[in-house]
Amino acid sequence: MDKRKKSIIPLTTPRYSATFSNDVNSDIRRAAATGIYDIRGGGAKRKLPTFDDLLFLGASISRYPLEGYREKCETNVKIGTRYAKNPIELDIPITIAGMSFGALSGPAKEALGRGASAAGTSTTTGDGGMTPEEREHSTKLVYQYLPSRYGMNPDDLRKADAIEIVIGQGAKPGGGGMLLGQKISDRVAQMRNLPTGIDQRSACRHPDWTGPDDLEIKIQELREITAWKVPVYVKLAGARPYYDTTLAVKAGADAIVLDGMQGGTAATQDVFIEHVGQPTLAIVRPAVKALEDLGMHRKVQLILSGGIRNGADVAKAIALGADAVAIGSAALVALGDNDPIYEEEYNKLGTTAGAYDDWHEGMDPAGITTQDPELIKRFDPKEGGRRLMNYLKVMTLEAQTIARACGKNHLHNLEPEDLVALTMEAAAMAQVPLAGTSWYPGKPGTSY
Amino acid sequence: MLQFDLKKCGLRSLNSALQEQKEETNQTSWEVINPKGSHSIAVGIDAPIEVNIKGSTGYYCGGMNQQANITVKGSVGPGVAENMMSGKVVIEGDASQYAGATGQGGLLVIKGNASSRCGISMKGINIVVHGNIGHMSAFMAQSGNLIVCGDAGDALGDSLYEAKLFIRGSVKSLGTDCEQKEMRPEHMELLKQLLSEAECDAKPEEFKRYGSARKLYNFNIDNSDAY
Repeated sequence: MDKRKKSIIPLTTPRYSATFSNDVNSDIRRAAATGIYDIRGGGAKRKLPTFDDLLFLGASISRYPLEGYREKCETNVKIGTRYAKNPIELDIPITIAGMSFGALSGPAKEALGRGASAAGTSTTTGDGGMTPEEREHSTKLVYQYLPSRYGMNPDDLRKADAIEIVIGQGAKPGGGGMLLGQKISDRVAQMRNLPTGIDQRSACRHPDWTGPDDLEIKIQELREITAWKVPVYVKLAGARPYYDTTLAVKAGADAIVLDGMQGGTAATQDVFIEHVGQPTLAIVRPAVKALEDLGMHRKVQLILSGGIRNGADVAKAIALGADAVAIGSAALVALGDNDPIYEEEYNKLGTTAGAYDDWHEGMDPAGITTQDPELIKRFDPKEGGRRLMNYLKVMTLEAQTIARACGKNHLHNLEPEDLVALTMEAAAMAQVPLAGTSWYPGKPGTSY
Repeated sequence: MLQFDLKKCGLRSLNSALQEQKEETNQTSWEVINPKGSHSIAVGIDAPIEVNIKGSTGYYCGGMNQQANITVKGSVGPGVAENMMSGKVVIEGDASQYAGATGQGGLLVIKGNASSRCGISMKGINIVVHGNIGHMSAFMAQSGNLIVCGDAGDALGDSLYEAKLFIRGSVKSLGTDCEQKEMRPEHMELLKQLLSEAECDAKPEEFKRYGSARKLYNFNIDNSDAY
């Protein structure tokens, strides 16, 4: 009797905790075993409100579309029109974001230059200085001026087509960097003036200025050294976009590069990437508002970055007020990063294609985020450049397709009125109506 | 000698004229009057010329200098000779924060005192300070030599890499991973040479050497208190 009773008690299925998920538990076990926080590359992997939460309305009776493939939709953009004698003129509003030689291999940097140049846009150096290969293969090269000043020198500064003063990065607002010793080859070490094989710390603050008043003087110095010829961009993490944009413009920036938390990094703490900063969707409107309040919208150009993936993202960023976008992680994917053809090798590293993010360890099977000579050999910079060019052209065509459908003969004619939001969050962040309504949270004259 | 009145001619005009000088220039001697604390004076020069600035300057005087010998007959604001590559910059008075920051070469001489963060992130420059230096000096200094004839403030050489620090007076405190090192004959010789170039009559044997303990060169959880 007892036995029968026992057998009919239903068993509950094993239940995982939402709080202590397998992912969380694996993090705890890893921390306990190693005593080191998890360092990785890339941007935020958590689900965030994105441009996917916005839709274009397209044309209707009141707005007529342009004929696809027949009527022109221009894509060019000029950056640095405020003070620079030689503003940068780009054929497309998609630029390549700063990524360092050191984090990336020399051929990968070369491929970025080749692809960007073929598509009529600019590429950007990174925390490690300018390599001759990169300069040679980049028609328009933006030279980053970073807190570490690794490889910084006036000769390269004068060779640049623009200078980008990096104050923050979307993946780690307020954080510096750490290039682990595994990637410090003789050449990387020599360029950074440090011993081979040691961890190289990148400071989080510039060594010779603090605050917006100092920034104004620093910008003046850089302009004096380069004879006021080239634009000076200021790159900001999307932490306080309204105030930071205001201060950067007041300090004399020609252009603002604004990076959301989906923007990648070569290496930093996972906890930093996932828990500090704001989504790209949330930062563009406050920055545009700052420019409008100063009467500087479209005079000081806004370049938005952080998780831009396709022509729809480009069009949406521009419709919300950006002048251009920058891509980093997406460009690496175009080059071949995380390609399933290396699945077996990703598996050996304990991961899988699409999830590989231990870029700092220098073991990238695709030969892109590494300094290992054998792995580097796998990557062909000409083929990589070709792939990047293709991708940039596809993104541009996609953005043009949308713009034509909205009746615009230039991407810059896209506007917030062309958009609706699918979620309350996206409506609030982008300040465009929730689909099917004329309302968004925080809309002036309404209450919520 | 060509005299340049900054008040009359303006900064762009001065820097433009100095930057136009090339290796073979005959116009090798320049005097700048009325600097009146202006920023970015004599920046980005790349020629073996002499520039004498008669008065005090603001931020970044002599910034990114290559080859030139620049003398300031006064005091300087923050970031004097920042990222200097070569040449010589001499300050007759005092220097504010970040003197010689990220400098990669050449010699910076400060005949008075230097404020905090002197030699921050230096990458090969030689700096000789006749007086004292402030706190956090030589923070993350990578290479080159910082010689101080007076005292050093708190946290000297914090997170130091391979730069060598020589202090004649007291050190209020050492920064993380900075330690006193043995003075060897090559260090005495180096000091003798740099003190002479800096017109300083201090004697090499009066100095102590400080350098990196190299415990933070590769991440180790047992050193986490230091990060």
